[in-house]
Amino acid sequence: MKSELRIRTPEGIAFSYPLAGPVARCMAWSVDLAVILALVLAMGRVFAVLSIVSRDIAGALSTISYFIVSIGYGVVTEWAWRGQTVGKRIMRLRVMDAQGLRLQPHQILMRNLLRAADMLPFFYLVGGLATVLSQRAQRLGDLAANTVVVHIPKHAEPDLDQLLAGKFNSFRQFPHLEARLRQRATPEEARLALQALVRRDDLEPDARVRLFADLAEHFKTLTNFPPEATDAMPDEQYIRNVVDILFRQRASAPGRSVEKVAR
Amino acid sequence: MIIDLPRFITAERPSWTELEKVLDRLQAEPGRALTLDEAKRFHFLYQKISADLARIATFASEPELRHYLEALTARAYAEIHETRERGRRFRPAQWFFAEFPRVFRRHLGAFHVSWIITIVGVLFGGFAVLLDDEAKEAIMPEMFANHLGDPAQRVAEEESGKKNRVSEVHASFASHLMANNIGVSIKAVALGLTYGIGTIILLFYNGVIVGLIGLDYIRAGQGVFLAGWLLPHGVIEIPAILIAGQGGLLLGKALVGHGDRAPLTARLRALGPDLATLIGGVAVMLVWAGFVESFLSQYHQPVIPYAVKIAFGCVELAVLVWFLSSGRKNADAAGAAEVRA
Repeated sequence: MKSELRIRTPEGIAFSYPLAGPVARCMAWSVDLAVILALVLAMGRVFAVLSIVSRDIAGALSTISYFIVSIGYGVVTEWAWRGQTVGKRIMRLRVMDAQGLRLQPHQILMRNLLRAADMLPFFYLVGGLATVLSQRAQRLGDLAANTVVVHIPKHAEPDLDQLLAGKFNSFRQFPHLEARLRQRATPEEARLALQALVRRDDLEPDARVRLFADLAEHFKTLTNFPPEATDAMPDEQYIRNVVDILFRQRASAPGRSVEKVAR
Repeated sequence: MIIDLPRFITAERPSWTELEKVLDRLQAEPGRALTLDEAKRFHFLYQKISADLARIATFASEPELRHYLEALTARAYAEIHETRERGRRFRPAQWFFAEFPRVFRRHLGAFHVSWIITIVGVLFGGFAVLLDDEAKEAIMPEMFANHLGDPAQRVAEEESGKKNRVSEVHASFASHLMANNIGVSIKAVALGLTYGIGTIILLFYNGVIVGLIGLDYIRAGQGVFLAGWLLPHGVIEIPAILIAGQGGLLLGKALVGHGDRAPLTARLRALGPDLATLIGGVAVMLVWAGFVESFLSQYHQPVIPYAVKIAFGCVELAVLVWFLSSGRKNADAAGAAEVRA
């Protein structure tokens, strides 16, 4: 079951974030581990040069820097990138306050320091089990710091211009019905129609005919376009016209991408 | 109901852009406080975007716009409903000299439990070595293997200067001690997640080792050497581990929640900043202890007379006690002012 963090504001608005599972988090941590290792190796090279001057100082700096990098990497990156490390950026994950509030520095510090308990007895066994068993997929450090790790979905839109081929749409002659269709269709219905078009070539011919017939019948119940607009129109073309209306007629996007806003 | 979506977007977009700018500004300057007018405007914009999101939420044709508004609303929600103090500019000196002792005193009960558990461990270790000579070998971890032999023989070797392990590697040794001790402290706090049981075991075990080594040296008539060797760094290092234990016990207590009606998340949320302060303060103390252990504790009589080392340790302990209890009046006044505010 895919779990999510659902936040309902006192203003009656609800939004949700999909919670990151143990596998995605493990992969992000593997990337972070590689980054830490690379940093340590790079510093090792620098200290090797320094050891010509003083082996003692070079050894001390090496120990301290390894300690600081291994502990501080997560703290610094998550603070600088608002809940993300290199691994989390790649895996599109983000640490968030469990109540959707502002992530505080002490929360980042605690979740990273308490990793020591999650890593027990070996290879994140405790943390992994806690993530699987927890309702909000929290490891122990997250639980204590009151944070969650969420997945940032990528809202990739299909290339509608190519899909719909810019053909004449007879429905557009009736703007009031067009507006009614846009108002009555739910996001799920719109997605369903779009996906049917995107995947049409994957369907058997008979199944395709049946699917578009069902969809057309359903959309006709939402808005009934006059016969002059639909006469002799195949069901698939009917759905193309519907999708064209639902997805293409809109003002330009508000200027900034969702991801940038979500910072 | 929205009939004319393009007009709706054109009409509302200036408010969204304005809200986004306010949020960007708040994010860029965490210490900045909004004026009353700015706060009112911010609140108005948040309510407006919430209403816009409610109107657009079921609108099939604009998933991208809906996600944009959701993301903006989520950011504004985090700012509007955040009741914790806004992040002020971090002042290291004020944090260490005022905040750290204040947090330590706020949870003094847990510190008392921490040192009592350690003392029980010390007594256990002392009795163990009194009752059974082999206890030392059975209990002592490998990193203390140099204490397994006869204390008198070790003292003779140290004092003759034949066996100074760190004379050429002071800095490396100090850094190793710091990293190891801070790691142990972090573990002491983290083990609080086992409802405090792990922290109790760790404190007890540390106490056992101190008791074993201590009684072994005292029994061999090397009490002065022990005091000269242990006091300079031990008076900082041991309290630091005890404070880390205090943090772990606080975490365990918050998880158990005995006598506290607040929900678990609220208890942990309230404790978070204090835990971070405690572990930060402990790290600073252990950096000092690491330097002292490497650069002073390893030198014995005749290089540095034991009286000097013991005196140094006593002065450090006095300063530590003063430091941890310092600023009490100011802190209380500040606390009262906060309550009044």
